[in-house]
Amino acid sequence: MLRISQLVKRYGNGEPVLKGLDLEVPGESVVSIIGASGAGKSTLLRCINRLVEPSSGSIELNGVEITTLRREELRRTRRRIGMIFQGFNLVDRLSVMENVQCGRLGYIPYWRAALRRYPQEDIDRAFHLMERVGIAHYADKRADELSGGERQRVGVVRALMQDPDILLADEPTASLDPVTSRQIMELLQKLAAELHLPVLINIHNVGEAREYTERIVGMRFGKLIFDGKPEDLDQDAMDAVYSGTSEDAARQHTPNSEALAT
Amino acid sequence: MKESVADRVWTRYTSRQRWWRFFSFLIIAVGVSWSLGTIDIVWPWVWDAPAQIGDLFRRMVPPDVSNLGTILRVLIETLNIATIATFFAVILSLPVAYIAAQNTTPNRFTLWLGRFILVSSRSVNTLIWALLFVAIFGPGVLAGIVAIMFRSLGFLGKLMGEAIEEIDRRPVEALQATGASRAKVVLYAIVPQVIPTFFAVGILRWDINLRESTVLGLVGAGGIGVILQSAIDTLDWRTVATVLLAILVLVIAGEALAAWLRKKVL
Repeated sequence: MLRISQLVKRYGNGEPVLKGLDLEVPGESVVSIIGASGAGKSTLLRCINRLVEPSSGSIELNGVEITTLRREELRRTRRRIGMIFQGFNLVDRLSVMENVQCGRLGYIPYWRAALRRYPQEDIDRAFHLMERVGIAHYADKRADELSGGERQRVGVVRALMQDPDILLADEPTASLDPVTSRQIMELLQKLAAELHLPVLINIHNVGEAREYTERIVGMRFGKLIFDGKPEDLDQDAMDAVYSGTSEDAARQHTPNSEALAT
Repeated sequence: MKESVADRVWTRYTSRQRWWRFFSFLIIAVGVSWSLGTIDIVWPWVWDAPAQIGDLFRRMVPPDVSNLGTILRVLIETLNIATIATFFAVILSLPVAYIAAQNTTPNRFTLWLGRFILVSSRSVNTLIWALLFVAIFGPGVLAGIVAIMFRSLGFLGKLMGEAIEEIDRRPVEALQATGASRAKVVLYAIVPQVIPTFFAVGILRWDINLRESTVLGLVGAGGIGVILQSAIDTLDWRTVATVLLAILVLVIAGEALAAWLRKKVL
């Protein structure tokens, strides 16, 4: 159970990116977060594992308040929060197996990590998960030899290796072609059901959000303005989330364009 | 219409730019002629140079190979100075590079400490380091090794630090998100990204060190330079020729080996 309340994030002295956001995600649900670029979707996800430090508010995961955790406690909590990235964020020069085992780094001693002497149960788990997503035969390949879809599967397995309590996916399919993109979304949906995991997915593709997730959350200017089932997301709701945002974004840049015009 | 075309005068430079350019050239010309005037060149010696070169050449040929055994021994000593010094300099430069790179240094103090080490190492020439260490350790190989190490440290640390600064941040972020400790993030996300550069830079420095270690002997810090120096002092030009040829062979062989290694690593 993830409970976010009154979350505010402000970079420097500018306008806050998140303006008192509230969100609850009970166990096992797959939630899409939609919204225009700059709405604060990425910042929201990164606040949950504190890759971005929230300015104020509360984030509670399974009863643990995340915003106040200190270094060592934060690491322990991060071990149970899996994250999947738009750019996959693999270590290109390491093998697929090493990349996958990165998910266990928080659990194993330093010497094992340094010598690549991973515990047998971790290796078993890695092969099991890699077989599940269809990349087991790539275990010894270098990560940069794989195609985009395969790389994202490595990213998914890395996150699952953490034995996570929740998965955060930051536009996991935005760098993929449409077919691969659907495969990855389907995979996330099925894995969430199999592993009883709550999953939060930032996504631009509203069609995929409707198809693969049971709940859609719409963000605009750092606030939630829609929260409901895919069938509730009607044209009015879509307009509220997306319409005018590009003009508003353009208006925010007008000081520069005025300077150019004169 | 005719007037408007005639009015369009175009010149590459405005008259102000032209004056600027003229004065700049003038200043450079004056500067060069002034510096030529102040340094004390004995022009007859310059005109005499071709004859001297011919004379020296005649005195060098044929090279005297009677000392070839000793020359080969010190040649290997030279190679060892370069290799040992490079090896230890690479190891010492790793922590320096780590604290001198903006994205890995623990705090501002360590950043400045790292940069101070790099700058002080780089701003002193190897021969001057060698003079210093000959005074400390006495003449010999050790002074040479330490001198080359000190000079290499700055070179390696700077280039390796820059390699660390240029890494892709995204894997680092991903591994932080898994709850890995700082040391493990360095090991898995940073080290794999910088290793090729580290090898390339280490090989390059070894190549440079090989050439530098051939002149260390001039200040008594070991290597083939010692023999070269004594041969020049005794006007034994035919031995000098052998030594120079030996150095040439060593440097070419070193360069070839470095090129081969670089191809292997990258």
